[in-house]
Amino acid sequence: MPARFLRAPIAPTVSDDGLYPFVPSISLDTLWFQVAGTICNLKCTHCFISCSPSNHSHEMLTLGEVRRRLAEAIPLGVREYYFTGGEPFGNPEMLPILEETLRQGPATVLTNGMFLSPDRCRSLKRIFDASEYSLDVRVSIDGYTAEVNDAIRGAGTFEKILGGISNLAGAGLNPVVTVTEACEEAGSPAGRARFLDWMRSIGLERPRLKVLSLFRIGAEEGRLRAYESWESLRGRHLTEDESEKLQCSSCRMVTSRGVYVCPILIDEPRARMGESLAETLRPFRLEYGACFTCHEFGVTCRT
Amino acid sequence: MPDVTRLAFFGGVYSNSLALEAALTHAKRSSADGLYALGDFGGFGPHPDRVFPILLDAGVESIQGNYEESLSSGAEDCHCGYTDPRDNHFAQISYDYTARKTSSEWKRWMRTLPKTRRLEVAGRKVLLVHGSPRKINEFLWESTSPVSFLEKMLADSDADVLVCTHTGLPWTRLLPSGRRVVNAGVLGRPANDGRTNVWYARLTFGRDVSVEFVPVEYDHEELARRMREERLPGEFIETVSTGWWTTCLEILPAKERERGRY
Repeated sequence: MPARFLRAPIAPTVSDDGLYPFVPSISLDTLWFQVAGTICNLKCTHCFISCSPSNHSHEMLTLGEVRRRLAEAIPLGVREYYFTGGEPFGNPEMLPILEETLRQGPATVLTNGMFLSPDRCRSLKRIFDASEYSLDVRVSIDGYTAEVNDAIRGAGTFEKILGGISNLAGAGLNPVVTVTEACEEAGSPAGRARFLDWMRSIGLERPRLKVLSLFRIGAEEGRLRAYESWESLRGRHLTEDESEKLQCSSCRMVTSRGVYVCPILIDEPRARMGESLAETLRPFRLEYGACFTCHEFGVTCRT
Repeated sequence: MPDVTRLAFFGGVYSNSLALEAALTHAKRSSADGLYALGDFGGFGPHPDRVFPILLDAGVESIQGNYEESLSSGAEDCHCGYTDPRDNHFAQISYDYTARKTSSEWKRWMRTLPKTRRLEVAGRKVLLVHGSPRKINEFLWESTSPVSFLEKMLADSDADVLVCTHTGLPWTRLLPSGRRVVNAGVLGRPANDGRTNVWYARLTFGRDVSVEFVPVEYDHEELARRMREERLPGEFIETVSTGWWTTCLEILPAKERERGRY
């Protein structure tokens, strides 16, 4: 295995009790914003943070709060910005937030596609065109029939998501369609190929697909099952290469409650690493079942 | 006329010896004071062993790319850094062909090349890398390499000018601090712009640093013929003949993807 790193090696460490490995903080490349908090117009049965119209665990971020974090990100050399929720387009300031972010760097927004009217998509395209940086819109769906999708995302959502995708394409934006690996077996090569064919059939000429793993936390814990005790990194040691592949070695998540290690663990109090970005750039103990999923399946929430 | 130093930088050659010869002819005619190749000599094109004697005969100073790193260490893939299955599928075809057709003598030579190189030109610190200063296979795309990210990267690596390749697309950005980043593009395949020429970068160091991307015309029909003869994928040949990328598309950021045909 060639050593691809040109910088000095950063040794992964083991926690004081020797039970769980720590992931080092190598850089801050990806800054996530829980821009809609945990507030969502949908209540998907596999949501790992159980978002819903009434879940206020994390509140929406204002343009002012995002602006302050963008300023903080400059000296840290952040490369890219991601926005998620909840439903980001439920945040009334989402378009100005994207506009301001795209003056500083590339942005990706993760959406359920329900609020993507033709007008909004045209505004997004204008924002995209005005920036020298890339903007990606990632739309989640859970199947290529209403029957399969709506069982997870709610009645009538399939048609609305298709409408949103079509509006984006109509405005000249090529969305990234996001599915979980459980969806239509998209995790397998054959399932993936079928999904890409389906995307072409709904008019996406250059289909872009992101397949995500399921995390057995939040609502998903009740839908299928929770993590079992063996699904853990207890007793493991990470190589430098493994550390580098974990997104938590190069990302942080800003919510209304502070800065968390990653987008997945915002319901875990110990995953809140501080208030300022700079103070959170330190090793993190990988003690959660979700850490096992990321490590075992090479998951990254980035596109 | 103040003293100036002109340096020519060649990105990935991808076994395109015809384009390399054309670029060298051009660079020498325009009195370049130094010639530098930034790695990835093989991949994509035919007959990889034809590239190395041309580089050495012309006195080109070379660093490793991820291809040289992989080939010289016997790795099973190119470590190009793709994440999409389709990108990886074509990358593997390209790597397997190149690994088979590169002689062990040249694989040993690759191992002797440095992974980075530093120059001091007209009082400026110039850093040459294949991908980025921190990783040989990191993609520095224009639309996903923001100013503050690059400022920190150059400050951390103590460089006034960074020259890289790896993405296949040429671009440059002058930073507010006066530092500069140049992605030299590649000689191996066209820049996904519907034109059959390829590109190299010429930097002129004087009171300022100026960057010119030089289009290189070469016999692309002959290259396509040789690729067909070697039974390389039709998708690769289409790119050479049309100037549009047909593979390694999924790694492209939204802006760069929008500009292509596929």
